[in-house]
Amino acid sequence: MAKVFIFPTTSLILSDLVARFGHTPLSAAMQIREIIQTPGLESPPLQITPEDPKKGLRWAAVEVPSGVRGRMSLYGPLLDRAEAAIIVNNADYSFGCMGCARTNELLMFLIRKKGIPVLDLEYPANEEEGVEFVAAIKRFLDSLPGGRA
Amino acid sequence: MKMYTPRLTGTVTKYVFVESPEMTPSDLAIRAYEISQGVMIKETCFGLQVTGKEEDVNRIIDSLRALDPTRIFVKDRGFPPGDPRRCRANLGGARPGYFGHEFEMGLVRFISRGLSALPSRKAEDIPRPPAPGKGERLDAARLKEIIESQES
Repeated sequence: MAKVFIFPTTSLILSDLVARFGHTPLSAAMQIREIIQTPGLESPPLQITPEDPKKGLRWAAVEVPSGVRGRMSLYGPLLDRAEAAIIVNNADYSFGCMGCARTNELLMFLIRKKGIPVLDLEYPANEEEGVEFVAAIKRFLDSLPGGRA
Repeated sequence: MKMYTPRLTGTVTKYVFVESPEMTPSDLAIRAYEISQGVMIKETCFGLQVTGKEEDVNRIIDSLRALDPTRIFVKDRGFPPGDPRRCRANLGGARPGYFGHEFEMGLVRFISRGLSALPSRKAEDIPRPPAPGKGERLDAARLKEIIESQES
């Protein structure tokens, strides 16, 4: 069973398909759960404190805006655990504000730099593309360690 | 700053989405209540939220998935249901995060079709999706030209 980083990190479709085909999806929800279940100082809504941009220095340089470093403290640990990644490129809803957009770009760069197997896809627009989309994900997941191939 | 004491520690929450002509969220909720054994079930307009110990939640979800395997979708949720930082009862208006669900729920029928059609097709009959296009990028020399034309 491999740990598969998914992008968009909140994707229902990717999270479901990765779990359905026998692997562990690494989604933002898991990291948020860990943060909000840890006691500390109250900092709603996501319990991000001034310490988090400092933690983000592990993945982003000090010149990088704190908004990006703070977000990287959330996604970085997922990236470290990732053994493979599935990226959907035309997920416009993940664009968000400038901090989110730049964090997404940094994430894409770090995933490719890490050298893990990556599957690049686009969301399906019809039923036949749906078959292709699911088949491509199944083929990719089956080829990973612990896959069914 | 106040100290923060988390609630429902050691639990996981999962969303269960159903997009089926044969099953409604309330059908799913009734089935989930029957087997819940103390696990928190919350019925929503799109399906359910299930909160409890991981092994209990997984047991319920495996059982629910079996009802309509290609049309029930599951994902993790970070916050428990009713958390004041996310619940609409406290915030007023739509809560952040549903935009992504709304977008993907418009596409899950294609995924359901893929999941149901895949086992009956031979491997060589399944086309591979095209590699995503990179799009045309602005050439650095052209950017320099634009900057210089604005400065002069």
